[in-house]
Amino acid sequence: MDITFEQVGYCYQKNSPFETRALQDVSVSLDSGSYTAIIGHTGSGKSTLLQHLNALLTPTEGVVTLGERVIKAGEKQKGLRDIRKRVGIVFQFPEAQLFEETVEKDICFGPLNFGVSEEDAKARARKVIVEVGLTEEILTRSPFELSGGQMRRVAIAGVLAMDPEVLVLDEPTAGLDPNGRHEIMEMFANLHKSKGLTTVLVTHSMEDAATYAEKVVLMKGGTVEQIATPREVFSNPDKLTELGLSVPDVVHFQRRFEQRFAVTLGKTCLTIDELVGEMVPFLGKGVAGG
Amino acid sequence: MIDKLIFGRFMPGESLIHHLDARTKLIAGFYFIGILFLANNWQTYALLTLFTFAVIALTGISYRFFIKGVKPLIWLILFTVVLQMLFTSGGTIFFSWGPFAISSFGLINGVYVFIRFVLIIFISTVITLTTTPMDLTDAIAYILRPFKVLKMPVQDIALMISVALRFIPTLMEETDKIMKAQRARGVEFGEGNLFEQMKVVVPIFIPLFVSSFNRAEDLADAMEARGYQGDQKRTRFRILRWHWCDLVAGLVLVALTVGLVTLRIS
Repeated sequence: MDITFEQVGYCYQKNSPFETRALQDVSVSLDSGSYTAIIGHTGSGKSTLLQHLNALLTPTEGVVTLGERVIKAGEKQKGLRDIRKRVGIVFQFPEAQLFEETVEKDICFGPLNFGVSEEDAKARARKVIVEVGLTEEILTRSPFELSGGQMRRVAIAGVLAMDPEVLVLDEPTAGLDPNGRHEIMEMFANLHKSKGLTTVLVTHSMEDAATYAEKVVLMKGGTVEQIATPREVFSNPDKLTELGLSVPDVVHFQRRFEQRFAVTLGKTCLTIDELVGEMVPFLGKGVAGG
Repeated sequence: MIDKLIFGRFMPGESLIHHLDARTKLIAGFYFIGILFLANNWQTYALLTLFTFAVIALTGISYRFFIKGVKPLIWLILFTVVLQMLFTSGGTIFFSWGPFAISSFGLINGVYVFIRFVLIIFISTVITLTTTPMDLTDAIAYILRPFKVLKMPVQDIALMISVALRFIPTLMEETDKIMKAQRARGVEFGEGNLFEQMKVVVPIFIPLFVSSFNRAEDLADAMEARGYQGDQKRTRFRILRWHWCDLVAGLVLVALTVGLVTLRIS
């Protein structure tokens, strides 16, 4: 499902004294099956942009195209349920949305709302609970007696059970321990590959954006500052610092290394493996020289 | 809906009304509502309306904004007005049907009720728009102080009010967030029959209650860790002070009362 934004603008509480502009002139296209990261400082409009992806918000200016559905500013929208079925959003701290008596019922809630039969929904619950790294025993328990990390996984399972084509993640690992973060990010990467999901990740973690994304959308004050590959975006650390963002530790290390030894590596490295690969020839020289 | 609610919000500003002491505003507000019932003819109502509009002008906030604040309550007001019109008898009768009658007295009474409602809403909106919730709590605590004699736990009540006020926006945000998350999972609000609409409330209320419990627990822990003990005497950080403008406001109210009593026909 291709998603395109054409000069989209959004104003909260339009025509009131509390009117605030959140998006202006945003044009982005997200191709089917791509992995896009949206980064930007707090209040740069990331979350507002994200809510346009399944029409929770509809633009006050411009056009959003979600698959075949065209959403123009100022038009009354009906039957958006079909869009929401195809675009699953994992909100920040999604554990806050759990409410059913058992984990199984909660996971089935989404699919049942979209007209999936009860049997089918239960089968899906059994499948996704394993995908998010939990066991089937947990299905009969109450979501409120689980640990924070488990609740997060159950909430994510609830979105995955809807079987969306597009998966939108709003800081899915905020507040998790390092192990949990890594596991969950890997899980999304695997789903992205195995199911061909279009993935959109909103994150403050530059490491995640560098490791997983194919394309990075850099936001600033409600507008798109840059759309490029992670390598292009992170090869200009000064600009990111200016916007109040950081670069991944790997990039930072590479820069310090280059400055210290007055060398330039072949490319901006995004992962430790890449960096090691680039550094080995230099280290070899150093050893030979010394 | 929440976006449209003007009443109860604070708008920062630098006007004279903004600088009045919160206690003055609160007491004056109640006093105004009290003397509103002294009005019984068009001269008195005109005076009160003039006064209200003068106060609104002093706040420096646009009139349109206040009118918007009345909009959510318009049906309640119209309902009361229509009842008044139908059931007041006397004067020339224009139309009657069974126990209902539209009379000249009824019409006038209806208009009076309408004005009374609007003025009360305007004045209370002025208070909430120009006073921070914190100041308002302090003012309430101050005004409640005499009731300590009656063994009323004034400090606790003040604390509860200030905590409640502090968490209204947080809970609103939380509600909004949960509603969005459930809509993303296929819940449609405001659709279907009454029973279906009631059922949709469950996925919002349960998470909201659960998060309120968690929040209360965290807050209580954090307060205790910072040395809060309910029954002990505390000093205060924010201290309200009367200024000369509060005196002026009081004098204006006295003048208004005198004017009202003079214009009143008994």
